[in-house]
Amino acid sequence: MYKIFLTFILSILLLPYSSTFAVEVDMLIPPSDFQAFDTPNDDGKSVTLRWPSSPSESTEAEYVVYASLRKNGPFTTEVLRINSKTMYEEGSDSNFHYVEIKPGKFFNKDSDVTGGRSSYFFRLVMMSNSENVTVNEIASATPKGNWFNWKKLNNFIILIAFSTLVLWFIEHAKKNPNLYLRKISGLDAIDDALGRATEMGKPVLYVHGLNGMGSISTIAAVNILGRIAIRVAEYDTTLKVSNIDPIVLSVSQEVVKESYLEAGRPDAYVEDNVFMAASEQFPYVAAVSGIMIREKTAANFFMGYFYAESLILAETGASTGAIQIAATDSYTQLPFFITTCDYTLIGEELYAASAYLSREPLLLGSLRAQDIAKGIIITALVVGAALATIGIGFISFIFKAS
Amino acid sequence: MNFFKRTIPLIIAFIMGIMMAFQYYVPHEASQSLLKVVTRWGITIAGFAVFIGAYSLFHLHWNKIKRKVPGWGYSTFVFFGAGITIIFGLYNGGEFFLHDKQEGTMFDWMYFNVQVPAGATMFSILAFFMASAAYRTFRARTSEATILLIAAVIVMLGRVPVGALIWEFLPPIADWIMSVPNMAAKRGILIGVSIGAIATSLRIIFGIERAYLGGGD
Repeated sequence: MYKIFLTFILSILLLPYSSTFAVEVDMLIPPSDFQAFDTPNDDGKSVTLRWPSSPSESTEAEYVVYASLRKNGPFTTEVLRINSKTMYEEGSDSNFHYVEIKPGKFFNKDSDVTGGRSSYFFRLVMMSNSENVTVNEIASATPKGNWFNWKKLNNFIILIAFSTLVLWFIEHAKKNPNLYLRKISGLDAIDDALGRATEMGKPVLYVHGLNGMGSISTIAAVNILGRIAIRVAEYDTTLKVSNIDPIVLSVSQEVVKESYLEAGRPDAYVEDNVFMAASEQFPYVAAVSGIMIREKTAANFFMGYFYAESLILAETGASTGAIQIAATDSYTQLPFFITTCDYTLIGEELYAASAYLSREPLLLGSLRAQDIAKGIIITALVVGAALATIGIGFISFIFKAS
Repeated sequence: MNFFKRTIPLIIAFIMGIMMAFQYYVPHEASQSLLKVVTRWGITIAGFAVFIGAYSLFHLHWNKIKRKVPGWGYSTFVFFGAGITIIFGLYNGGEFFLHDKQEGTMFDWMYFNVQVPAGATMFSILAFFMASAAYRTFRARTSEATILLIAAVIVMLGRVPVGALIWEFLPPIADWIMSVPNMAAKRGILIGVSIGAIATSLRIIFGIERAYLGGGD
């Protein structure tokens, strides 16, 4: 009697655990739903699969998705296999799985086409070591390309707003040409540097950064080169331009040649003075440093995007006693230029330099727009930080990158 | 002439600038194909531009040798180095240049035993330049330089094991300097750079900035 009573009590105590064991080991509960749909904001090659989490999920269980081009199957092509504890939908608190797949990779494009596009059918299977369960629903989707990425809408609106601001200020500058611009010492010193080179009878060295013409900083550097080349031609000084990229070389040769022509000194242009120093970083450093030391250049300009070579170049130039002006948007190299150069244009000043040197109202108008845009961003940062501190975070979504 | 040298490039810059700016917002396959085609154009142009670069290099050094300018002897190494590299590159370990590049050839040997060590040597000079630049900068002659010196000493000590032995708060203070004031300055520069880059792009797209075409406006 005592043994029977003890067995009864133990059975009652172990009852809840026995059911759990049964779920984990013996009986998989499949997800209650399974959806497939065209992935929004894509190029038309992917579909998205979404299903609610199952209570049977464990590190041993897996979800496997089979696809077919026909609703009735056969579902033999495996297009996805994931651990059941992974790939949760963002913000769903692990209640839904969300996976993007490119089914076109698994099928021949021409094997079945409906209305010009392939429709795909999917079957979800949950698997563990001992058991497989299939979700009843067969999901289907037809991928199609989108003509606008709505995730980038905020970015697009900001671009349009800023572009409008720039164009408006350019128009405004036509009517009011005397815009005030803050002084940029580095750019004001260009004339001094060129004058010193002329007095000393030594060449001016213009060093391009390492990036190619695809980089906006290189384009800005080429713009500055055009302005400097005109003044160099007027002063009748020698200008040497070192390049690491052949396309930048071609553009620089053309820019310098045109500038000499503009200054009325086409005869002073020497093609070999705009040259390819090397095509790789450290050979470039060796070549340019050698020129500084051998020719004792009176003024060195470092314009563009620089990497580890910045300090070697600028320190070598400093050791020769040249006036040095650097302009870069590479913030990691800025400390080195600030340390070793007489003047350094920081970040955006590189882009402003051409407009500043030309003093043309149209170009100056865009600089004013830049300053206004910066003011707006600073305001947004301050207001956003204050709002976020009190728990209102909408402003961060306005500037969220997709 | 002005039409070909000014107007045509400005039209191309306008059309391609607008097209590629909008391409960023269009995920459609047609848009992606356009990007691929334009990228391929860039690669093709770059391929041909290599010859211009090589011509410039050889022309410059050939003239130095011809005119016997001081240091002309170094220019002979340009031809010597380029010559043997081209020869072994074309020889391709006996398979010649029509076949895929072979591994373990003389070409590879020259790269790994001449160019890589020479580049590493140049890079290693950076440490000495850094020391001399730091010495000049860290002379605390102004209040800004003093702040820089203090911040640099804290960060340097905070990033090495001995820093924690000297004072246990050095590593967290160094981390704070890097992640708060340093990060704030960095992001400030990046915001300015981004706005400047967009404004420059707009000036070029709308033909307001023309200095890249050479001469004035």
